[in-house]
Amino acid sequence: MKGYITKRVFYMIITLLLIASATFFLIKVMPGNPLSNAAKLTAEQEAIILENYGLDKPVPVQYLLYMGNVLTGDLGLSFQYDGRDVTSLILNRIGPSAQLGIQAILFGSVIGILLGILSAIRYNTIWDYGSTFIAVIGISIPSFVFAALLQYYVGVKLQWLPVAFWEGFEYSILPTLALAVGVIAVCARFMRTEMLEVLGQEYITTARAKGVSGFSVIFKHAVRNSMIPLITILGPLTAALMTGTLVIEKIFAVPGLGEQFVLSITTNDYPVIMGTTLFFSFFLILTILIVDILYGVIDPRIRLSGGKE
Amino acid sequence: MSKREEHVTEELFQPAHIDSGKSEEIAAPSLSFGQDAWRSMRKNKAAIFGIIVLIALTFLAIFGPMIGKYDFASQDLSRANLPPRVPVLEDFGIMDGTDEMGNNVYEFKGVKDQYFWLGTDGLGRDMWSRIWQGTRISLFIALLAAAIDLLIGVVYGGISAYYGGRVDNVMQRIVEILIGIPNLVLVILMILVLDAGITSIIIALTITGWIGMSRIVRGQMLKLKNQEFVLASRTLGATDNKIITQHLIPNVLSVIIINTMFTIPTAIFFEAFLSFIGLGLQPPIASLGTLIEDGYRNMQIFPHLMIYPSIIISLIMIAFNIVADGLRDALDPKMRD
Repeated sequence: MKGYITKRVFYMIITLLLIASATFFLIKVMPGNPLSNAAKLTAEQEAIILENYGLDKPVPVQYLLYMGNVLTGDLGLSFQYDGRDVTSLILNRIGPSAQLGIQAILFGSVIGILLGILSAIRYNTIWDYGSTFIAVIGISIPSFVFAALLQYYVGVKLQWLPVAFWEGFEYSILPTLALAVGVIAVCARFMRTEMLEVLGQEYITTARAKGVSGFSVIFKHAVRNSMIPLITILGPLTAALMTGTLVIEKIFAVPGLGEQFVLSITTNDYPVIMGTTLFFSFFLILTILIVDILYGVIDPRIRLSGGKE
Repeated sequence: MSKREEHVTEELFQPAHIDSGKSEEIAAPSLSFGQDAWRSMRKNKAAIFGIIVLIALTFLAIFGPMIGKYDFASQDLSRANLPPRVPVLEDFGIMDGTDEMGNNVYEFKGVKDQYFWLGTDGLGRDMWSRIWQGTRISLFIALLAAAIDLLIGVVYGGISAYYGGRVDNVMQRIVEILIGIPNLVLVILMILVLDAGITSIIIALTITGWIGMSRIVRGQMLKLKNQEFVLASRTLGATDNKIITQHLIPNVLSVIIINTMFTIPTAIFFEAFLSFIGLGLQPPIASLGTLIEDGYRNMQIFPHLMIYPSIIISLIMIAFNIVADGLRDALDPKMRD
């Protein structure tokens, strides 16, 4: 287990270094600098500004400086907002995104798991078809389409909930719903497959034969064992939620990290793009690592067979 | 009852003639892989529905713009932002050319003799033609991206698994590093560097897209390559190339097909997603993503601009997903009832 974790952390560091370098050089390749759209500046003014952003040095030096700064958590200065550093920009923006993400995961997984259980215990009935149908719809319809429709019908037409902005819990309901649709669908599908497999196992038959009540068999024996592999989809789900927040925060004007990222793309604010990219990657890779380790810790079957390869 | 008993007499019961030569005979007609898959696929109503929807949408994507009377790119501000109007349906009060307030815009703009089935956009372009044109582009991007993923993934996974040893080791270390990079991040970076357009979207989608396929192919190949039929073939002098193409690939074909069917909707989603955050195709080319993005901006006043492309993209995604599910059930022996 220890060797496995060391190996994984090593790969994680390499991947992050690679992402940081790739981002840096890709952005250097792009034409233009923060001044190309500004008003006419004297050569002196331009030199001062370039020095301020560290753009006066040759690219290899810039690269080493950037990598050194990244290690200390300094992601540079934003081009777009005068004198603001990227790190504090990201930290300021992370709250709403985290709240949306957590709410969507909690709400989505509870509903999804319940749908999955329903599907499995009422296998091949109208209940099963119904929740499978919901799952297919949830996986298929892009989250931004769903978000826009929610905004239009619930927000504009029915006026039940606020259409946009971020001023309290009720403002988070629609974006959470839009994000949670995917989570519900993925959880429901996964839970259904797992439950069906577990329900076919012999220990379930044994429990039934011993006279354990149906409710107890389902919730004490089957559901618990089906939930363990559910941890593994947390990684892909986090990735999907991240993709989702970009558009959904844009649609609902939520002042989160995703909205900031989209904005910095449209304004060519390269330091922010690089910083956010690194942050997203770090977060995602860390999530996947934790999930893999947790899975080994929780499920003794994996530990016994010598850890995951 | 009694009538039938009269006919059943003793002499009808004769010992059967046992022909030892026929004991090996196969009674049921032998089915090829494809026939067998089709037989189980046919039972799956959802999958059949999906196939029909896909065929219909492909047909419309190809011929839709020709069916409509109007060109997808020609602008005419005198007929801008018209709501949908369909000849027969308008008599029933739906799609009759009235806007959100209930005014007949066609009458107001003096174009009462014209019918725009799905309305027009802000520049007076016919939405019917634009939607099918967009579907065409979206499908094209998705199919090409999936095909490239398939090609690179199968070759990479195949080589890695078949040669094994050091080759496999190096190739898998590369994959392990690449797989850590979030897809989204890489796609966005590639789009930023390359200029927005169909080619760069396809490159961005395929740059990490093949990894999933390569891992699946490698896993399956590793299982297969040590089986007896491969050994037999090698003993008979088959070349590496022949073993890979004739024996291994046909055996992993089902997994490849299933995975490709799931890649296509993902590619459609990513293309629409990129267009929606403003990194997609540039006008005058339209894809479903750019149409949705355009429509979203004016959703409150002209909902038809947003709703119809959304319906089409959702239908495509649903159809691909249920066909893929059906194929998985039909092709994967583990999923058989």
